[in-house]
Amino acid sequence: MSQTITRSEIRHGIGSSPTRPDGAAKAAGEYAFSSDLFPDEALFGVTLRSPHQHARIISIDTSKALAIAGVFAVVTADDVPGKATYGLIASDQPVFASDVVRYIGEPVAAVAAIDEETSRRACAAIVVVYEPLEPLVDAELACQEGAASIHPDGNIIRHQHVLHGDPTVKGDVVVEHEYVIGMQDQAFLGLEAAVAFPDEDGGGVDCHVATQWLHEDRAQVAACLGLAEESVRLTLGGVGGAFGGREDISLQVHVCLLALTCGKPVRMHYDRVESFLGHVHRHPAKIWMRHHATSDGRLVNIEARFLFDGGAYASTSSAVLVNAVTHTQGPYQCPNAVVEGIVVRTNNLPCGAMRGFGVVQACFAHEQQMDRLAEKCGLSPLELRRRNAMHTGDTLVTGQVVESVAPVTECIDNLAALPMPGSTVGTHSYLLPGGAGNTTRSDNVHRGVGWAFAIKNLMYSEGFDDFSSARCRLEDGRITLKFATAEVGQGFITIAAQIARTVLGIEAVDLDTIDTNVGSAGSTSASRQTWMSGGAVDAVCRVVRERIFEHHAAASGCNPLALAVEGTDLVDTTTSERTPIEEVVRGLTIDEEVVYRHRATVHLDERGQGNCHTAFAFVGHRAVVDVDVELGLVRVVEIATAQDVGRALNPLSVTGQIEGGIAQGLGLALMEEIIQEDGRIKNPSFTDYLIPTIADMPPVVAHLIEIPDPQAPLGAKGVGEPPTISSTPAIIAAINDAIVNATGSTQKIHRVPVRPLDIVEAAYGGTAD
Amino acid sequence: MPVYLPDTTEEVLSLLAAHPNAMLLAGGTDVMVGINHQHGLRQETSIIALRNVSELSRYTIDDTASTISLGASVTWTALEEAPFVERVRCLAEAARTVGSRQIRNAGTIGGNIATASPAGDGVCALVALDAQLMLSSATGSRQIALTDFVTGPKRTSRADNEVITSVEVPIVKGWQSYAKIGVRNAMVISIAGVAVVLNTEHRSVSIALGSVGPVIIRATEAETALAQQIDWERCSISADDLDDGARLAATAASPITDHRSTAAYRKHAVQVLTKRLVQRGLRDLAERGPS
Ligand SMILES: Cc1cc2nc3c(=O)[nH]c(=O)nc-3n(C[C@H](O)[C@H](O)[C@H](O)COP(=O)(O)OP(=O)(O)OC[C@H]3O[C@@H](n4cnc5c(N)ncnc54)[C@H](O)[C@@H]3O)c2cc1C
Repeated sequence: MSQTITRSEIRHGIGSSPTRPDGAAKAAGEYAFSSDLFPDEALFGVTLRSPHQHARIISIDTSKALAIAGVFAVVTADDVPGKATYGLIASDQPVFASDVVRYIGEPVAAVAAIDEETSRRACAAIVVVYEPLEPLVDAELACQEGAASIHPDGNIIRHQHVLHGDPTVKGDVVVEHEYVIGMQDQAFLGLEAAVAFPDEDGGGVDCHVATQWLHEDRAQVAACLGLAEESVRLTLGGVGGAFGGREDISLQVHVCLLALTCGKPVRMHYDRVESFLGHVHRHPAKIWMRHHATSDGRLVNIEARFLFDGGAYASTSSAVLVNAVTHTQGPYQCPNAVVEGIVVRTNNLPCGAMRGFGVVQACFAHEQQMDRLAEKCGLSPLELRRRNAMHTGDTLVTGQVVESVAPVTECIDNLAALPMPGSTVGTHSYLLPGGAGNTTRSDNVHRGVGWAFAIKNLMYSEGFDDFSSARCRLEDGRITLKFATAEVGQGFITIAAQIARTVLGIEAVDLDTIDTNVGSAGSTSASRQTWMSGGAVDAVCRVVRERIFEHHAAASGCNPLALAVEGTDLVDTTTSERTPIEEVVRGLTIDEEVVYRHRATVHLDERGQGNCHTAFAFVGHRAVVDVDVELGLVRVVEIATAQDVGRALNPLSVTGQIEGGIAQGLGLALMEEIIQEDGRIKNPSFTDYLIPTIADMPPVVAHLIEIPDPQAPLGAKGVGEPPTISSTPAIIAAINDAIVNATGSTQKIHRVPVRPLDIVEAAYGGTAD
Repeated sequence: MPVYLPDTTEEVLSLLAAHPNAMLLAGGTDVMVGINHQHGLRQETSIIALRNVSELSRYTIDDTASTISLGASVTWTALEEAPFVERVRCLAEAARTVGSRQIRNAGTIGGNIATASPAGDGVCALVALDAQLMLSSATGSRQIALTDFVTGPKRTSRADNEVITSVEVPIVKGWQSYAKIGVRNAMVISIAGVAVVLNTEHRSVSIALGSVGPVIIRATEAETALAQQIDWERCSISADDLDDGARLAATAASPITDHRSTAAYRKHAVQVLTKRLVQRGLRDLAERGPS
């Protein structure tokens, strides 16, 4: 006999793709980004920056600026009441330069005045006398013994070896090359902006700011202001993208200091030019690798050297370097390795976090190496990678065993199975290389296909106490979640509510303000918030659910252990009796907060050994490109990807991360580079710092590999960084393939972004005439 | 800062006479970028906005004179959609390469010319077409060849009290086209641009080069050589002669190396584009048959 069960379903729970809560406002242009915060009475703050790459400050005269009507304050290093410096790992970066400036754009003073124009005039009236010093611009020179030191902490920010197995092992087949990666900018569209409101008694400050990590900002700001952390209260201002560029302090200390000095609200926002100076960038890198393999293509040893230019201050350079060196092998097995990594200070722009965090650079090198190896072994790029694919339980060159689900073979096979896009015949010239420029017809085009794969660590590494907090309040049948997780566009606010709905069976979920009135959520970076803050929300909702079970059990006399949430019902699994949860929670108020932590990690030892990472995700990309090799122009036709996501909590959000990440990877492959000459940015605007447009971004075909990771909360891995990592080398591999198809040349591109002349030269050898 | 919104050219001229330092504002796509970069304008600068001067947005075709007269405020979009677009194809193709849809909706031919950037796409096409400019001031009007008007990078012979009223574009029998190189597929400043006009009536060739010198350059030696070597009856040219002509065009270029590209690549690009455009032109003309 069968029985009909009416199951209830929760709407907008895990696995669905509800609309973002801020989506409509953003689409309509009504969303308030932090640069849209204009309190009526606020003064406008402007930063004075160093025009020198390296110089001693002899004197600063602010009197003329202060004499300008409408100027409320001019602050310099002398006015910083607390710690003179800040920094995410080492506190080495001055709030304002006092004795020496170390890069063009380093803050020297800040002004607050009644409006922007007055502030800018006052800035221009500050007289700073500099004595220029010899700049150190070459990372290779900076790490040489006897190099002049440009910072009291020395030039070398970190020097890390990784020595694993028998580093003397030689392969039957050996390939080596040097690779160069240019400096990429995060190029978020929402520029740096903040508003600070001083307490009436001057004892504290409220700051609304676009950031990735409210609590870390608060700690650094409070230290510099000489205030207790509780006296500095941060609220997330609307964030228009971050990509690592908002992990460090930019204008936070300046705006709060000006507000406290003036006793009035102060707002600051950068324009695009200042933004390029005001945040850290992706490290430009020079990477040499030598891969040893058996004649049938099995890796036996990797030798490598990484040299990263950290720029003037340390930021997260040491962690970026560790990520790079520990990802040398890529998603492959390799028993032996000898790796050296160095990141140095120079008088160039400071570098730090950017989506992919060191792994972008490592992956570009190891994937080009794998292609060279395949060619030399006479294997297809995919077959070579299949033979070396990493699996769960394999050991990394750091000695760490990969416990995460490691579906590298699945990435390769699923990607290989995706159909190829059609040919260019009959294609309008707009869709060919050169695009709107009308340069190219299909008979000028050669097609190429390239593949690349990546492994990426998730969460923070090397012993960092990486946690996230979340609060859940049940009242009047509604759930309110509170967390300090920075929503930077990635969609955490959407999935947080989805998690709460599914766990609690309650659809009405409100989100409280994102601010420092709750424990830290850690940074929105390292692909960590779905895992960490998602984990915290899941955990706190489960605590609340237990309380609901206990409440129901007490009221109905059932066994709380037998209760389950199914859809919007509470089910007594012993009797099959269903009660709508909204009835169960009527009149019930519960308020809980939890802190979620991931497993502990350790610092690498001298030989680069240790369980320094938390977990890993994997990804593969296939790029199909059309190349006009004669002009060196490229049109990416399609990017296909297979990505290990664990479980897609919100498939649309995952797709968004994949497409956006690929666009950023495409940008690095083909056009995005900050070009410095004597430390000055030659292209500090969107006129010349080019990011892909819709005419450059091809269709993306994404295959999600959903094998829930048993160690991840809800089985879901972070998905934000992997799309950016191997898309770049896949595009370059495809260009290399097109060059072979066009001219038979096996010369390869070894630098990103690739420039038209690089392609012409690789195809035709030497400088084309 | 005062902003004037005149309705007629006449009013523009008297305003210019009264405020010789005023800034003319057409689509604003160059002006506003400049203002942004210098964080606003000085209070005393006055602005004369041309948006209400409808006569400047008109175009007329004079069939007897074989010219198209384009008002200075004709936008790139208007040009792309104009009924005569096939007859000034080179300019229309240049229009198509300008910025994005939004920029083309606002940006004007007059603004492009007055800005006089060596990377100006419209200017390059117009130089190949031997366009003439009409300028007016309160004291009179003058006509000047575009090549004479542009005196240097972002420099022109415009007097403070003058407004460009129109661009006179000859209608050429034959074939014409424009191509430009940028490392992005749209919204990009030209690294090198080439406009080619094959005049079947006069059996002449004109070639203008953009972004490879301080101003738009005419590749006169290449023009002469190609005009001589083209078999105008068959609309063909030998491969060697075409290569030579393209090489001469590259020789005419005097590019610099900057953050956008290198001198070597720019020369190379000029050569490849010249060759391709002449080739495309002759192929199209041959297919079209005797006209
Ligand atoms: C995002 C972007 C992309 C761009 N892409 C391109 C591109 O691909 N190719 C390209 O060539 N340009 C490009 N430009 C530049 C610009 O769009 C063009 O030069 C455009 O044609 C300028 O026209 P406008 O009407 O906007 O000029 P405005 O900005 O209004 O004026 C430009 C100059 O011309 C003067 N002026 C305007 N009208 C007259 C007149 N009638 N008489 C005398 N002087 C006058 C103004 O005083 C000013 O000095 C781009 C600009 C932007 C912002």
